[in-house]
Amino acid sequence: MKTPHLKNNSRQISLPRRRFVKGLAASGALLGMGVSPASLLAETYSQGVEQKILTGRQFKLTIAPQTVNFTGRTRLATAVNGSVPGPVIRWRQGDRVKIDVTNKLAESSSIHWHGIILPAPMDGVPDISFKGIAPGGTYHYEFQLRQSGTYWYHSHSGFQEQTGLYGPLIVEPDEPEPFSYKRDYVVMLSDWSDEEPADIYAKLKKMSDYYNFNERTVSDLEGDIRRQGLVRTWAARSMWNRMRMSDRDLSDVTGYTYTFLMNGHPPAQGWTGLFKRGEKVRLRIINGSAMTFFDVRIPGLAMTVVAADGQNIEPVTVDEFRIGVAETYDVIVEPAERAYCLFAQALDRSGYARGTLTPDLSLKAGIPALDPYPILTHQDMGMAMSAKGGQGNRTHNMPEMAMPGMGAAGHKKMVAGGHNMIQRGPAGMGSDTPVVHVASEYGPQVDARAANPQYHLDDPGVGLRRNGRRVLRYSDLRNLYPTADSRDPSREIQLHLTGNMARYMWSINGIKYADAEPLSFKYGERLRITFINDTMMNHPMHLHGMWSELETGDGRYIPRKHTVIVQPGSRISYLVSADAMGGWAFHCHLLYHMLGMFRKVIVS
Amino acid sequence: MKIVLLGLCALIIPGTALAGGMNDDPLLTKVMINQLEIRSAEGSNPLAWDAEGWIGKDLNKLWLKTEGEYVSGKVSDMESQALYSRAVAPFWDMQVGWRHDKLENPAPHRDWLTLGVRGLAPYSFDVDGAVFIGDNGRLAARLKVEYDILFTQRLILVPEIKINVYSRDDPATATGSGLANIETGLRLRYEIRREFAPYIGLNWNRLYGKSADYAREEGGDVDNVRLLVGLRTWF
Repeated sequence: MKTPHLKNNSRQISLPRRRFVKGLAASGALLGMGVSPASLLAETYSQGVEQKILTGRQFKLTIAPQTVNFTGRTRLATAVNGSVPGPVIRWRQGDRVKIDVTNKLAESSSIHWHGIILPAPMDGVPDISFKGIAPGGTYHYEFQLRQSGTYWYHSHSGFQEQTGLYGPLIVEPDEPEPFSYKRDYVVMLSDWSDEEPADIYAKLKKMSDYYNFNERTVSDLEGDIRRQGLVRTWAARSMWNRMRMSDRDLSDVTGYTYTFLMNGHPPAQGWTGLFKRGEKVRLRIINGSAMTFFDVRIPGLAMTVVAADGQNIEPVTVDEFRIGVAETYDVIVEPAERAYCLFAQALDRSGYARGTLTPDLSLKAGIPALDPYPILTHQDMGMAMSAKGGQGNRTHNMPEMAMPGMGAAGHKKMVAGGHNMIQRGPAGMGSDTPVVHVASEYGPQVDARAANPQYHLDDPGVGLRRNGRRVLRYSDLRNLYPTADSRDPSREIQLHLTGNMARYMWSINGIKYADAEPLSFKYGERLRITFINDTMMNHPMHLHGMWSELETGDGRYIPRKHTVIVQPGSRISYLVSADAMGGWAFHCHLLYHMLGMFRKVIVS
Repeated sequence: MKIVLLGLCALIIPGTALAGGMNDDPLLTKVMINQLEIRSAEGSNPLAWDAEGWIGKDLNKLWLKTEGEYVSGKVSDMESQALYSRAVAPFWDMQVGWRHDKLENPAPHRDWLTLGVRGLAPYSFDVDGAVFIGDNGRLAARLKVEYDILFTQRLILVPEIKINVYSRDDPATATGSGLANIETGLRLRYEIRREFAPYIGLNWNRLYGKSADYAREEGGDVDNVRLLVGLRTWF
């Protein structure tokens, strides 16, 4: 299928940047009611930041400092072609794209095409894929697009992603999509701080709860005692207290310093997407944050999720979904003729990003109140028992006393997953391997180990449980197409996500990246990666170069993801076909975790 | 001493590791003025301080600690420590080094070897305990425990208790063997920023045993309660 906008691509690209924006209006007219006109309209109506769109096969991107003002104070950001977020890049499946990225920063830089399957030297990770782009240098990326969907790009150097080096990446499919819509909007969520990222990192090292202003207070304690009595309050509190952990420890960096952005618009201003009566609207929601998980909903409007991480899934209609850092979801909505608030609250409820979907600029949508502050439970510490076991209690072992393998001892074959007993083991069904805390997990760098980590695919996550809304769960994800590689895994790698919150140290199996040996995958093999989250934080784990085929319970339709949330205290697994030679990055996508919680993978 | 410090620095600083161009464990410094306060007293009001600082990385640091009083234009008592601090458990650091007491004339200075632990005990008590080995086999021990009670996210009450014990009488410094003193504090701070918190409070110091006797001989207090106003700050 040929669409008109392919024809005028090269002309757009050759225009100087300042004229380029103007040029879009003309090309938008040429596009008619094609795939992407709505995004073009958006920039006409949105105030402030304009969403620039680049299309074609050849691109010139320039990374340079750029003054921005998201908070009332002018700061220097790291921009692509002068904008934060960077321009929307639209590619076409099957095309061979060439991108020259020039670095005009004083430090080394890079661009990683997040979720794109490509040759290792094109992946944009300094010290793994290539050397990085030196100041003043240009790197030529060139690769064939073998997929379609919603992705994003970002720097993989230093903390540049926090300062603005990220943007949406759309790959148009080479055949018609299995769903229809009239409007197509990119909705990129991100977190901006006026502080220098290195200062944020240093503050976290000096005082890990620096940004947490939701700690328990005396009045919370009084409330608990009034509600549950002294004895039960003591029982509930004592475990957290003995462990020196906080059930309020949800996000390391919060709205105290962050301004949450939607397509570069702070919440006061908001982003605006227009639609006409009766139109179906596709929203491509991308979490381009450094550290923030968002819970996204549109009060009064159901969302049909059609793709996760760029890959089509069996459509599922929900009221709300949680989007981890680096994940993407495509949803289709059918708004009535009124204004709606597109509301993305931070997981720790310290703020939100928002937009308005409206048929008319004069219509306003009410902004919902933030949900109550979520409180972690014993389950989030990896202490919950199987479905029939109910709440954790004082008889449970402290993670510090966990014996290697004990977690799975009684559950070797049958593991409870929600209400149904699932036979684990085969492809798509998850791991039946005992949980083993290896020796390297013991030491000052690790403050806890999950005693009984379980699959929680049915759990929408802390703060979303039983909130009266239909919330997307990983168990809802089912590939629209049959599993491409139906082999059972020939081996399994169990990785424990570990850390010491108080010291702000993060690692895998207790070993940080700087001290770790690479993981070796054998070319052609099918393997299972099982994560055990020994911490009390969600970690969005991202494997470069190969799909993470998430085991949600149906081996025939395994959904493909590039980033997988590993919930606190839980276990989750995915299959990988090691079909991409070379060195790849594999890490937690929380920017201040990834320095330690990182591995190099070598496929050979 | 300088050589020791340089040696410690050499131990701490090297080993910069890069991960994708990023150093997960940068060399950092922190200066904490935990207490800087004016205490009510008969005559001139003393200015008391308790401050710490460190330079280092995640697991190995050089710590400096100082506390003392400044009265009537001069430093009356001051204690300083330089310690090598090493993380030995998830919540605990071992701290080893040198302590120097500078006391008001004519009392002699005293030097000690510090063997300490510092960390967070279960139930989130901040603990700093040490054994000090002085000249001629003189021993001392100290335990300091603090707890944060949050009334709000910014209004925080901190009870503190500090106990000093000595192995033998030292008339020159007016310390007696056994329990020498218990100092109890109660400080209510308001964190305007995390790094900047004025406070008000009480400090109750009581001497015991021979230490109390020495104080009485010199006509000093053995039991005093002082109101105080101060500032806690760090950077």
